[in-house]
Amino acid sequence: MGMTMTQKILAAHCGEKHVEAGQIIQANIDLVLGNDITTPVAINEFNKSGCSCVYDQNKVVFVMDHFTPNKDIKAAEQSKQIRDFAKDKGIVNCFDVGEMGVEHALLPERGMVICGDLVIGADSHTCTYGALGAFSTGVGSTDMAAGMATGKVWLKVPSAIKFNLTGQLNKNVYGKDVILHILGLIGVDGALYKSMEFAGDGVASLSISDRLCIANMAIECGAKNGIFPVDEKTLEYVRARSNREPVVYEADPDAVYERVIDIDLSTVKQTVAFPHLPENARTFDDIPDIPIDQVVIGSCTNGRLEDLVIAADILRGKKVAKGVRCIVIPATQKIYLDAMEMGLLRDFVEAGCAVSTPTCGPCLGGHMGVLAKGERCVATTNRNFVGRMGHPESEVYLASPAVAAASALAGKIAPAE
Amino acid sequence: MLTKGTVIKYGDNVDTDVIIPARYLNTSDEKELASHCMEDIDKTFVTRVKPGDIMVAGTNFGCGSSREHAPLAIKTSGIACVVAKSFARIFYRNAINIGLPIIECDTDAIDEGDTLEIDFDKGELKNLTKNTTSTFAPFPPFLQDIIKAGGLLKSIGGQK
Ligand code: SF4
Repeated sequence: MGMTMTQKILAAHCGEKHVEAGQIIQANIDLVLGNDITTPVAINEFNKSGCSCVYDQNKVVFVMDHFTPNKDIKAAEQSKQIRDFAKDKGIVNCFDVGEMGVEHALLPERGMVICGDLVIGADSHTCTYGALGAFSTGVGSTDMAAGMATGKVWLKVPSAIKFNLTGQLNKNVYGKDVILHILGLIGVDGALYKSMEFAGDGVASLSISDRLCIANMAIECGAKNGIFPVDEKTLEYVRARSNREPVVYEADPDAVYERVIDIDLSTVKQTVAFPHLPENARTFDDIPDIPIDQVVIGSCTNGRLEDLVIAADILRGKKVAKGVRCIVIPATQKIYLDAMEMGLLRDFVEAGCAVSTPTCGPCLGGHMGVLAKGERCVATTNRNFVGRMGHPESEVYLASPAVAAASALAGKIAPAE
Repeated sequence: MLTKGTVIKYGDNVDTDVIIPARYLNTSDEKELASHCMEDIDKTFVTRVKPGDIMVAGTNFGCGSSREHAPLAIKTSGIACVVAKSFARIFYRNAINIGLPIIECDTDAIDEGDTLEIDFDKGELKNLTKNTTSTFAPFPPFLQDIIKAGGLLKSIGGQK
């Protein structure tokens, strides 16, 4: 019986020729990631375990992105704990304010994850790197601690759903619309415990940025990972960023999938996920006038340079509607700098947006744009749960950077024209 | 292992943002986390939960972020076990890794306030209020070893 792409990567990382769905394996890890919220808990666990050093000082990454630049004293203490631990254990990759970025934008950008890698991260959106043909999945802090100590993780080999993509996206339609469309089809537990394997002719037309956005939200479908086949675009992307040799895995022709879902990209429309679940996907055929108070353009889902270009093209020379606060957050320092050199930051500021240093900030209701009771926000982020961005009675609408920018101008949820 | 307790019931898709809102994640102090457990969907939870109570829910319990603070807050609040139709995968592994017992089985017939008795070894759940018994699949041996050792880090202690 053939293996899926995910199963092949897992087999290679546990020294087996063959693995099957349901089997529990101990896999070798190429990279362990944690952020300023999950790492302190992992450090506490690590210290309790009696281990004195991490398994590989080059393969542990800390990114201070959630509550940084430190939003309060407690957050400052957490960052300090990580900094001290990193120094003590000789951890090379500890990204602090001034060099950091939102973790899942930062790691691909710096070539820290490439095709064929196995990555675990104490952050649910670690699944993002599947866009590059890696197996990556979110775990908890205890898993992170065990990973730091042993370089291994226990995993249950997942079964898979295959998404057969055909056609090409229309103008103003992006990866975000594709994944929101998929969420509308299968729901927030539609891929529970499974891999989402993307395949088909349609993949080639998707940019790496779109693929990163789609894989990022695999977790919103409950999936263990989302993964794209490796093609020329992927190889070009990783070779420009890493000296390591990419390892390309392909699904066997007789791989077994629980389900195959065909998606013609040319039929996907601009899509918005209504509160309070990412599966509440609607297209503009079915969206009434909904006035908004805030727009957030950023995050690990849509804070890359491509996303800022899309938003700036819509906002340039226009003004954000009176009464709407539009917050733009480049996801990394490099994106910030590139956006500056391209004049995008000027476009945003002139349009009346607030531009911030990289941070997760408002995405999780941390800081830099927390919502009051009854307020509504259109965000390019990935979650719209109750209270996600602030008050439990506030509302988050998930959308692409194009819809977010168009909505900022219109003062209500609006499509990009 | 046997546990008996009163049911506190929720619906489908209880996410980690409502179990413990991100605004409280600037600490990893278990007691402080527990004092805010469930507050965005149920303000009364922290005042009415008693040690040994059993949390029961529908599908996809614990979806959303990977924050281990969520099972930790539930465990520290006194909940002895979470029973749901299905769990989000990161919550599932976090619960095992920190030693919060969880059970996957049908929960439609269980109501708020029911008294449950759960036998983890036999894989048996008795609803003493409704006088019914149902069964659930016990954990695979590898996961049982983690639980028996008292959590993941204790279980790897011997391997290093
Ligand atoms: S941007 Fe949002 S979803 Fe992404 S890592 Fe940060 S908090 Fe998580």
